[in-house]
Amino acid sequence: MTESATKHETILTVKDLTTSFKINNKFYKAISDIDMKIKRDEILAIVGESGCGKSTLVNSIMGLQDPSETKITGEIDFEGQDLTKISEADYNKIRGAKIGMIFQDPLSALNPLKRIEDQIEEVLICHTDMSKQERRARVLELLDQVGIVDPKRTAHQFPHQLSGGMRQRIVIAIAIACKPDFIIADEPTTALDVTIQAQILDLLKDIQKENHSSIILITHDLGVVAETADYVHVMYAGKIVEKGNVDQVFNNPQHPYTRSLLKSIPQVDSESDELYVIEGSVPSLQNMPATGDAFAPRIPWILASDHEENPSMHKLGHGHEVRCTCYQDFYFKEESDA
Amino acid sequence: MWKTILRRVLIMIPELIVLSILVFLLAKAMPGDPFSGSINPKTSPAQLHRLMAANGLFDPWYVQYWHWVVNLFHGKLGMSYEYQMPVINLIKQRGLNTLWLATFTMILTYAIGLPLGIFAGKHEGKWQDTIIRVFNYITMSVPFFVVLVIGIWIFGYALGWFPTSGSISPNANGMGETILSRLGHIILPGLLGALFGTVNIVQYLRSQVIDAKHSAFVKTAVAKGVPEKDIYRHHIFRNSLLPIAAFAGYSITGLLAGSIFTEMIFSYPGMGQLFLNAVNYRDYTVITTLVLLYGFLNLMGTLISDIVLSIVDPRIRVE
Repeated sequence: MTESATKHETILTVKDLTTSFKINNKFYKAISDIDMKIKRDEILAIVGESGCGKSTLVNSIMGLQDPSETKITGEIDFEGQDLTKISEADYNKIRGAKIGMIFQDPLSALNPLKRIEDQIEEVLICHTDMSKQERRARVLELLDQVGIVDPKRTAHQFPHQLSGGMRQRIVIAIAIACKPDFIIADEPTTALDVTIQAQILDLLKDIQKENHSSIILITHDLGVVAETADYVHVMYAGKIVEKGNVDQVFNNPQHPYTRSLLKSIPQVDSESDELYVIEGSVPSLQNMPATGDAFAPRIPWILASDHEENPSMHKLGHGHEVRCTCYQDFYFKEESDA
Repeated sequence: MWKTILRRVLIMIPELIVLSILVFLLAKAMPGDPFSGSINPKTSPAQLHRLMAANGLFDPWYVQYWHWVVNLFHGKLGMSYEYQMPVINLIKQRGLNTLWLATFTMILTYAIGLPLGIFAGKHEGKWQDTIIRVFNYITMSVPFFVVLVIGIWIFGYALGWFPTSGSISPNANGMGETILSRLGHIILPGLLGALFGTVNIVQYLRSQVIDAKHSAFVKTAVAKGVPEKDIYRHHIFRNSLLPIAAFAGYSITGLLAGSIFTEMIFSYPGMGQLFLNAVNYRDYTVITTLVLLYGFLNLMGTLISDIVLSIVDPRIRVE
């Protein structure tokens, strides 16, 4: 396959995905109406505040939820297979091998009782027929690749002997051990301090370039998005409210939620020393309105007639999409007061 | 590893010294003297006084304590008033009996408790789990001595399957018969003790397995594509066994301490029964020796637990 052909190959297509959780014997939709696509060589960021369903979305793709408590409908097409319908055994051939996952908290993501080398080697045991020596060699190679200074020594250590940044590098080494086409990074830098964050993000970008893989990057940090991603999906209350490339979303945001999010980032050169605050909070699963725009209660000064009954995505051209019609009439409250 | 053990052993030394001083002073505080009861009543107080002085009973307490410790190391623990034999021989005899019963009980307890706990945790919330939990609540809420009495009545008296008292039949001859007779005497108390002793293991293990199942590192393992049975084998079992390993040290020392309930109700001549009788008959030499021994066993128990834990949990090893 030529470079240009692989460039536009779609790796993952999600169609009309809904994931519901059982609470007191009733199912509540945590995410719904999710349509997305990710191509080879692309970094897609999913942003939104806590509880908006970002993690639910990637856990659904990865099949990490307890099937007795969760209902998934829709389609998750990965390299020709619908992940919502395959058996656990087939899933295990994909997880770790073709999709790698990086978790938020690198301390709890590693088994405290196992040596680093054993935890990395486990992926290789599951998905390759390498010999013991080959696996050990690959472990050292991976540790080197993720920037561990003394791979031999670290390989023999236990997680509690490593710093947070080093642990996150180990988690990344596990995720990329089988050179997956697709990596899911669920808030990979949230638990780390700022200087380490930048190193980890650079590492992710390097890996993505080297393996020509695709990355879904979950984050609530817009700075991380601007720095790392090609495309952005903004989620609110279990739905994608705006899609586009980084330039479109950051320089020409349309949805009121995206605009409020961007406005709430502290600016060093800003004259006002008060931060913009989005009033209210994300409704809980049980209190999620069945119809209407879920964001409407947080911008009460916008007329109800500006919202759609069943908000749908509107195409703005060049791949830029926004949910609900309210974006056309949205203004910030202070703007009208002034 | 060796550093951890050495450090723990060193900590034990002052603990043992304090314990032995306490036991010694308690024994000293008891009323009476060792001679009044066992000599000719016509002995004059002056003679008695000389006898006590000759035996060092008027020395300062620390001198007496030192003599007592030296004797202790030579196995001279004094005579039991009640049994009229050296305490050391008494403990050897009873200790052996208890070792038989307690070892059998412990093996059964773990053989029943470990699989039940893991099974219940694995099937959390399902009917298998419910059955095990109901069993647990029953064993937890029914008083143990009632179970023993009912057990003796049904299996020992009504059905006559097992002997109801003693540790060995007086008619047993030869090695084979002796062992069989001993086993016959411990099956019923051992089985009942195990069935009703599993509750701690099962409850601990069950909650540990459930915790581990929902832990982030198990999620990582799922994301690695590790099949469920390997996740249980490599990630859940070992991590769940930590508190059980900590528990195991105490169980091992319990082997010598014996169970007072079981031994009393089954009239089994072990350490538990010996202790209770010694208290009833004010057999002071036996009581002090046993208190010291139990204290020592407890310290050993924590030591063994710490060693076992430092083997299975790398986080608590001293670098």
